Amino acid sequence: MKGKFWSVLSVMLVLGLLLSACKPAAPKETIKIAILGPLTGDVATYGASNRDGAIMAFEEWNAKGGVLGRKIEWVLGDAQCDPKAAADAGKKAIDEDKVKYIVGAVCSSESIPISEYANEKHVLQISGTSTNPMVTVDKEGKTKPYTFRACFIDTFQGSVMAKFALENLKAKTAAVVLDVGNDYIKGLAEFFRDAFEKGGGKVVVWESFVKEDTDFSAILAKVKDANPDVFYIPTYYDKLNLIGAQAKQKGITAVMLGGDGWDSPDTDLAACDGGYYSNHYHKGDPRPIAQDFLTKYKAKYGKDPDALAALGYDAAAALLEAIKKAGVDDPTAVAKAMETLKFEAVSGTITFDQYHNPIKNAAILHVKDGKIVFEASVAP
Amino acid sequence: MQSILNRIVLFLRTRWYVALIGLLLLVWLAIRFRENPVLFAQFMVDGIRLGFVYALIALGYTMVYGIVRLINFAHGDIFMVGAFTAFYATTHYHWGFLPAMLLAMVVCAFLAVTIERVAYKPLREAPRIAALITAIGVSFFLEYFTALDFVFTPNFISYTPLPIKFKCGDIAGVTFSNIMLIIIAVSTSFLVLLWYIVYRTKLGKAMRATAWDKPTARLMGIDVDLVITFTFAIGAALAGAGGMLYVVVYPQIRTFLGVMPGLKAFIAAVFGGIGSIPGAFVGSLIIGMVETLSQGYLSSTLRDAIVFSILIIVLLFRPTGLFGEAAKEKA
Repeated sequence: MKGKFWSVLSVMLVLGLLLSACKPAAPKETIKIAILGPLTGDVATYGASNRDGAIMAFEEWNAKGGVLGRKIEWVLGDAQCDPKAAADAGKKAIDEDKVKYIVGAVCSSESIPISEYANEKHVLQISGTSTNPMVTVDKEGKTKPYTFRACFIDTFQGSVMAKFALENLKAKTAAVVLDVGNDYIKGLAEFFRDAFEKGGGKVVVWESFVKEDTDFSAILAKVKDANPDVFYIPTYYDKLNLIGAQAKQKGITAVMLGGDGWDSPDTDLAACDGGYYSNHYHKGDPRPIAQDFLTKYKAKYGKDPDALAALGYDAAAALLEAIKKAGVDDPTAVAKAMETLKFEAVSGTITFDQYHNPIKNAAILHVKDGKIVFEASVAP
Repeated sequence: MQSILNRIVLFLRTRWYVALIGLLLLVWLAIRFRENPVLFAQFMVDGIRLGFVYALIALGYTMVYGIVRLINFAHGDIFMVGAFTAFYATTHYHWGFLPAMLLAMVVCAFLAVTIERVAYKPLREAPRIAALITAIGVSFFLEYFTALDFVFTPNFISYTPLPIKFKCGDIAGVTFSNIMLIIIAVSTSFLVLLWYIVYRTKLGKAMRATAWDKPTARLMGIDVDLVITFTFAIGAALAGAGGMLYVVVYPQIRTFLGVMPGLKAFIAAVFGGIGSIPGAFVGSLIIGMVETLSQGYLSSTLRDAIVFSILIIVLLFRPTGLFGEAAKEKA
């Protein structure tokens, strides 16, 4: 008897649950957007800046009444700058949180696996900071219809630095180190090498390391022996701190060059003193929108924004602009609207090319006596 | 003298291919040396520095293995805890270099003894594989538990300011740093101290007896459990000191810091002959140099592959390593 009672009860409970799940959704529901990026791990400051920037944009829009008359709601996911963790975070956002839009991720090695799943599920993704070309195009070279980005790509960043080294620094020889397991670092290094050699320079040391490495003495001994004019270290700040410090200890005098991976509050500026790096944004940018962003960010978070925060903000704003332009809450229509979008963002005026990459300038920044100063702006 | 000669002749006859490969390697190195002596010397110096750090870890592996026949995979993580302890002591509490190192050693020793009591002792009579798997479990526990926000942190911490100022010198183009000299001095003094403990004290005698034959040692009135506890404590204290030295050279602390050095030190211990103290030391120096030389002359991506193939080759052709005796299996 008792057993029967329980089984009837459980069947009823299950039915009740099923029925309640079928109820029509309430009108005026929120627009749900996922913010993905590394919130823990070696490059956690990237994820934090990106998140803070994106949230600031969402809050500003919410204060103005949201988009399409609906409030914006966001969920966070930790992609850990790792392809596996990123794929999981992306799946969770799409399948469990049921988001239709993703801002992120940060590392290219996160955004690539997420973009594959997002395109399969017709979820619109806009990354603020993933610079590897493969984020928006697939292996056949076709543009992924649902993936965009708000930053310039590695090809551009690598060749800008090569151009800068050849023309401004009059460099003839270069040493390059790279992490073979990282799409972003490898991309930058390869494009730098190609552009540098095309411009008449010579890459004399080309050495790779793996993510777990902390000792670079053998690589640096080679660099010192080759004595190049410039030393390209397109890594993230965690490795830059180690490589830079060890290079200084070894007495390497080559000018260090890098990419936007150097941009972090945790970068050891003494380790890369005298170096130059390419970046998306600099707080010295005089345009009103950039200055406005700077004051608001400072007021909200109590610190200066880095490029990742600016790009997170831009990516979120671009997404909302596109939703507004499309006029419907439908990723396919929004993607169409995004393709022809032109809008003034903090990091420059954004229009998208056929590969969903924005066309805008790069800033070259100079690390000098513990300070970062604006050096030049280089057009594509 | 005669017997050594005989052994060499026997070795050349039976294992002539090993000798040939060794000779070819030496010739190749000599050619590289002729090409650029300064670079070669720099690689050697860097390799020795790395080797001395590995030695401090490898000694713990080898001592514990020698006595309880357990490969203590949590050892690399104890190394990490030592690094964190020293970091907090010097940056948050402004301790000096030596007191911080002593603190790291004491903390690590206590941690290792706790681990031994909680995780390994109940399994002392169980099959060896059970203890081994437990050791891997303890290792993962330490890595992921300390990665929680309220323990240490999942993110890396930059070690600033360092407890000692970096100074670099140049001798004929080869760069030395004061930290390298400190590492060599600290490691050598610990090695001498360890040698003294093992071969010149009563405790050391008890350790050797326990390693040789546990039941008989117990019959002779040796407190075997106490000896094992001491072994864990000494090994962990060395790892704690090594952890501090390691993060002073590579000033970036994270909870997975001990994994790679731990594995490399394990390979060094196997290479030198697991269970043998001089073996662990020599093995570590060789592994350190193999690492820098292969990175310097072959390819930086091949480095780990080469180091790990050493493990496989040693296990295939000479499981007892350089200094190891044939395994003394006891019923």
